[in-house]
Amino acid sequence: MSTKVAVFRKEHFNAAHRLFRPEWTDEENLRVFGKCALPHFHGHNYELIVKVVGEPDPKTGYVVDLKRLSDLIKKEVIEKFDHKNLNLDTAEFQNLNPTAENIVVVIYNLLRPLIAKEHDLQIRLYETERNFVEYPV
Amino acid sequence: MVYLTRAEHFNAAHKLFNPAWSREKNEEVFGKCANENWHGHNYDLFVTVKGEPSPDTGFLYDAKKLSEIINVHVIEKLDHRNLNLDVDFMSGKLCSTENLVIGIWNQLAPHIPAEIKLHCIKLYETPRIFVEYYGGV
Repeated sequence: MSTKVAVFRKEHFNAAHRLFRPEWTDEENLRVFGKCALPHFHGHNYELIVKVVGEPDPKTGYVVDLKRLSDLIKKEVIEKFDHKNLNLDTAEFQNLNPTAENIVVVIYNLLRPLIAKEHDLQIRLYETERNFVEYPV
Repeated sequence: MVYLTRAEHFNAAHKLFNPAWSREKNEEVFGKCANENWHGHNYDLFVTVKGEPSPDTGFLYDAKKLSEIINVHVIEKLDHRNLNLDVDFMSGKLCSTENLVIGIWNQLAPHIPAEIKLHCIKLYETPRIFVEYYGGV
């Protein structure tokens, strides 16, 4: 049996966004994205769950220090996105539609280089209580 | 007296910004909430009415009909909208949760059926920040 353990850290950020393709007409955007394409933005309390999997260190008993993981997530992700407009205020979504799917991949790519290679990383992102995404799967 | 609560939700963008103040003063008072490009929340709305159960139905009021009233007069105006730009009853008002809950009460009160009374509106901006309003009394 594997002795790997999964540890989770939850963080959150509150952000505005809009889903649309700039080369489409307003009608096409509304048809595809519905209310999410309304022109003046809407927003969400995003909840982020970062999962790190590895062997507990025999000396500390930790897979990772969750306080350090929290600090890392805050510095690399939350500070970029919290209380921001994802479409207007972030480099990551200048030319990328800020769907939950795209956001979760962006967050994974921001964190992956900073997590030890021997640890697996998975991100779950709640856009609302009922809509959430995971990456990688 | 029995109290019946219906829960609804809406996702919206807003910013906290006093147009009579300088940008610096807005940032000093409102912090990140003053971001000029807005941020957003998943708002959870709890509408509580009170009265006596009908001897015929056992209901205070049909909760599905109460949901329709809330959706027509509140949710459809707020969901996937920008509270600062898109909402007629917030025009000229600072878009705090406090002012929003008063605006929601004033939208709903005229449409509450005679057999029940509007008792309380509770509005969650985030899981940790919520307001309650019991009317002008």
